[in-house]
Amino acid sequence: MSRLAGPVIELRAITKRYGTTVALDAIDLQVGRGELIGLLGPNGAGKTTIIKLLLGLARPTSGVGLVLGAPLGDRATRHRVGYLPELFRYQPWLRAREVLELHGELAGLSTPERRAAAGEALERVDLVARADDPVGGFSKGMQQRLGLGVALLGAPDLVLLDEPTSALDPVGRTEVREIVRAARDRGATVILNSHLLTEVERVCDRVVILNHGAVVVSGTLDDVVAADGVRVRVTDLDPAARASLGTFRPSEDDGAWLTFRPLDAHRIPEVVAAIVAAGGRIHAVEPGRGSLEARFLELVAAPPTVEDGQR
Amino acid sequence: MMVIARLTVRELVRRRIVLLLAALTIVSVALVAFGVERLVTLAREDGLPELEIRIGVSQVMILIAFMFSFVLAMTAAFLGAPAIGGDIESGVALALLAHPLSRMDLLVGRWLGLALVVVGYTVASGALAIGVVAGISGFGPPHPVLALAFLSAQAVVLMTLTLALGTVMPAIGAGAVAVVAFGVGWMAGVLASVAAALGLESLAGAAEASRWLFPSDGLWRGVVYGLEPPAAAMIANGASPRGMEANPFFALAPPPVVFDIWAIAWVVIVLGLAGWRLSRRDL
Repeated sequence: MSRLAGPVIELRAITKRYGTTVALDAIDLQVGRGELIGLLGPNGAGKTTIIKLLLGLARPTSGVGLVLGAPLGDRATRHRVGYLPELFRYQPWLRAREVLELHGELAGLSTPERRAAAGEALERVDLVARADDPVGGFSKGMQQRLGLGVALLGAPDLVLLDEPTSALDPVGRTEVREIVRAARDRGATVILNSHLLTEVERVCDRVVILNHGAVVVSGTLDDVVAADGVRVRVTDLDPAARASLGTFRPSEDDGAWLTFRPLDAHRIPEVVAAIVAAGGRIHAVEPGRGSLEARFLELVAAPPTVEDGQR
Repeated sequence: MMVIARLTVRELVRRRIVLLLAALTIVSVALVAFGVERLVTLAREDGLPELEIRIGVSQVMILIAFMFSFVLAMTAAFLGAPAIGGDIESGVALALLAHPLSRMDLLVGRWLGLALVVVGYTVASGALAIGVVAGISGFGPPHPVLALAFLSAQAVVLMTLTLALGTVMPAIGAGAVAVVAFGVGWMAGVLASVAAALGLESLAGAAEASRWLFPSDGLWRGVVYGLEPPAAAMIANGASPRGMEANPFFALAPPPVVFDIWAIAWVVIVLGLAGWRLSRRDL
């Protein structure tokens, strides 16, 4: 494991153009050790391009970046990086165990190390029973599991997962969440590029939403998904007071709970004070939170500010 | 690099390409053996002089080698075209190059693996054909090792071109362009010889330049030289040295050493350019 003091990833003013198409427009991004980041955005937002730049598979048009303390494209650093491509394809004529051992060898593991690592990976992604079958006979979901096993070989410090559950069923997705959390818990930094917002919401510490090649928002889920309204369980409040509490008017009243929405989070204490002032007794206060999906749609529905990226 | 070379050989064995090549070799050598046996038997029954029979057998051998060189060209193109281009198109290259593997290592590893199989196939099937023909007719070529070396080099040159083209264009296009280049190179070589024999210096110069640009035809001359009887025997049988030189199935001398060195340099340069292009390409 790395003893790196600085950020694991640091991108400064990274721009990537493909001809006249701007895939990334002066992106700044900093990711610390042990963070689990969700990279979100519509098709063509630039998510995969960022991952390819981090791996040296593509080169930035301008800007500078560091990965694990080394410049973008540094080959030696890739010993410490695991990657599951969006387009996951492995040699169909190789067996699953052989694919893992091949990638272990390319990652610089010794023969005993890669054999052990391949065995562990097969167990981790639940492919032990198919370990000696040719990959060509695997379903897409099984190939994606294998790819996840490849990405986690040798306990890399940085794990880049590009749409890791696109071919998986709900059970597989749950298992992948556990695998990703386990990687984060051992100290790895994980970047999860996904269209599945609920998945990101469940596992990620921080989200970065991209649109048209630019970061439109970055922060923890609480930062990104703003508090939205409050539910209060109230008794001893007469019907007139329930209908209107000064400047606050409940949007819903089911007899036990009053709901105030929309409402800025910082005004919740004022609502509570107004209920108490009207003689009500408060049993519970539940601040509401908007969904990531709603926030995502709100952010990416905005008109483009730069030319739409295609990658 | 060696990981990729081993992987390439393993792929060709696992996908039964090597088995298929071995089967094709056995079938084609059996057919050659049958044809040569009939030719020699009938010629001797007709009382033809042994020198004529020897020249006849050598010409048949050269024609077989020419056919074989075309088969090799196609094989090299089919194997070389998808080796890099196919990996990039399918996405396999993404997972490989995310490791500390340079793109040049990927390219050279692929080249080494393919070269091993192509040369192995050429030498094994060529030696078998030469041995069988010599056993049946009693006539062996004067320089069989030289012939097989030039035949292998010709296949490697074409495979190198196909592999290199695969870094800049789709696999199917790379294969097609390489086969066309092989044909054009051969035609240019024939044209150079005919022009030289007729004393057309400017045409001969242009055709000769194309022979150096793509050295497959020059290497073919080495194959012919290695397979045919000594020129003295041909001349004694009435052939004119000038006419022989104009014929793509005759060669009075092997390619000059400087050409052999150039052919090796050509492979290195083409691989180097392909590696440079591949390393600058976004995947």
